[in-house]
Amino acid sequence: MIDPHESTARTAQTTDEPANGTMPPPIRRITLDSQPTVALPPSQDAVAIANTGDRSLAAAGRPARGVAGPERMTISGLSVYYGDNHAVKNVSLPIRQGEVLALIGPSGCGKTTLLRTLNRLTELTGSARREGLITLDGTDIDSLEVTEHRRRVSMVFQQPNPFPMSVFDNVAYALREQGSKRPKKKVLEPYVVDALQRAGLYDEVASNLDHPALRLSGGQQQRLCIARALAARPEGLLMDEPCSALDPKSTNVIEELIVELRKELAIVIVTHNLQQAYRVGDHVAFMYLGDLVEYGPTDDLFDNPKAARTRDYIGGAFG
Amino acid sequence: MSVPTRPGGAAPPLPPLPLPRSPGGGGRQGRSPKKRRVNESISTWRLTDRIGYVLMWAAGLLLCAIGIGILAYMAFKGVQYLRPQLVLTSPTADIDQSSSGGFLDPLLGTILITLIGIAIATPIAIGAATWIVEYGRPTWLARLIDSGIEIIAGTPDIVIALFGLVLFQQGIFGWMSFTATGGAVFGRSFLTAGAMMSLIALPMVFAATREGLQSIPLHIREASYALGKTKAATIRRVLLPSVKANISTGAALGMGRIAGDTAIIVVLLGASLTLDPEGDVPGLNVLKGTGGTLTSYVYNNSPAGEGNAPQKAYAAAFVLLLIVLALNFAVDLIARSGAKTGLETSRLGAR
Repeated sequence: MIDPHESTARTAQTTDEPANGTMPPPIRRITLDSQPTVALPPSQDAVAIANTGDRSLAAAGRPARGVAGPERMTISGLSVYYGDNHAVKNVSLPIRQGEVLALIGPSGCGKTTLLRTLNRLTELTGSARREGLITLDGTDIDSLEVTEHRRRVSMVFQQPNPFPMSVFDNVAYALREQGSKRPKKKVLEPYVVDALQRAGLYDEVASNLDHPALRLSGGQQQRLCIARALAARPEGLLMDEPCSALDPKSTNVIEELIVELRKELAIVIVTHNLQQAYRVGDHVAFMYLGDLVEYGPTDDLFDNPKAARTRDYIGGAFG
Repeated sequence: MSVPTRPGGAAPPLPPLPLPRSPGGGGRQGRSPKKRRVNESISTWRLTDRIGYVLMWAAGLLLCAIGIGILAYMAFKGVQYLRPQLVLTSPTADIDQSSSGGFLDPLLGTILITLIGIAIATPIAIGAATWIVEYGRPTWLARLIDSGIEIIAGTPDIVIALFGLVLFQQGIFGWMSFTATGGAVFGRSFLTAGAMMSLIALPMVFAATREGLQSIPLHIREASYALGKTKAATIRRVLLPSVKANISTGAALGMGRIAGDTAIIVVLLGASLTLDPEGDVPGLNVLKGTGGTLTSYVYNNSPAGEGNAPQKAYAAAFVLLLIVLALNFAVDLIARSGAKTGLETSRLGAR
């Protein structure tokens, strides 16, 4: 499952960068000034970066940190198995509105499985089994109709995956109730426009809502997917590495969007990108080999990790 | 996305950069000179290889020549004998060819039988393909259906026709064709022939639909489920609309096969000269009656048949060829417009 070389390489790529001035610019860099925005060794660097705060995103992300809203979802004692493979081991986490929970960890550590379990997508895998309790607003999610649950806790994937239909229809698809009579386009339009506006895409596509969604750029496609996920007014939004297929500018736009959206939603984001976790996460959970190693406020976890493994991972000693 | 860079590589720009480039760039550079060398150095090949090489070229050229030959010959003969009058008048039995009419009825018969056949085949084929790709459990049943359709595809049309005749002469199918006063069911009509014709088209629509569905990446389905949609809604609103082009391609190919079939027409449609309605319900009487198509008309009028009016056979054959070519052209057009929607690129970009 775990490829140590791959994950080591990824970590090294992100964390070695500031130490080595001769390296080519990183593949994903959010701001283009000379400040090292990347490395988060277990030191005061992170705080220093945050305090210099000339980056609008970091600054915007700051004040809201630690403002925890009501707890929307609770994971307690969650284990997920794929056949004999114990992918997630006895994880307990709270997911609150008003903040972003970032899941980090090396490849194959179970973060994506955990995320998909929250949306009950793991159930689609035949060999998957789940133990433990997940509640949404106090209700066991197993007692909810699966389609209703997924409408309340929506998901955005790593690969932008708009449906091969028009921009309008992509968003309207999420709104249309199944089975019942299909609402008219006129009725749906305000909701579609609202969702597109919340995803920050409306201004770019307003004049061509009827164009095929697959003609949009990658970043636009991903925001369309976010608009689609937002259209049904979910309470939770799960994001599985939403920026890993995107260019820096689109990444920036989407991160700003995440920070904006967390006021009304509980957001969980899986990311391989430690800087991204640092920028958008209010709480960070570090997973390793299916275990939840450490969970805490972002600043604490990055500046003062309690577990040795967390320190090593953040410092780039292993992946 | 990220270029894997090994940690501790003191000069990482150098080692990682040539690596991704050398296979692609090197291969591309290496390929074109090699290709030139192949062309020049055929004289150095072993004799058997050289013979094989020449034979392959010959086979390709021969096929082109045959295709062009048929087209040119039919066009020459067809244009020579084709008159608007032929397409617009019904055939009548007459020894004098100048008063035996045209082939309006067979032309209508071809159109009718093609529409009936494809109308039956398409929904069944789409349903079967969707079930196999999206559900496919239990596996043994999926395999059984797969082999069943393969068997249908491999069965000669004359066998299908005879099977259909035996089947539709059963009493319960009496409503589909002429029933004699004694209760004997004739079994030959547009409905029965169309039902068997659907078996000719079904494998094509099935294969095209299945291929289309299989090429839709899993994450498109998951995206729909993640929005709280059921599997049925996903299939109806996302998956089937995405494979519209595939379905149309398969249907057009199937229609070409139906239009060109003769055995089922002769056995199950009666291959009569004109459309002979049966009963007195308008519309249904044509469907219950017998008739002929361009293929049976060509057969009957060719020197091989009884009519011995080769000029009319040529003209009808030319029209038939045009219909089939038009259908094939439609396939091309649909396939190309499908690629234009961007669906193809999204599939390539998908994991």
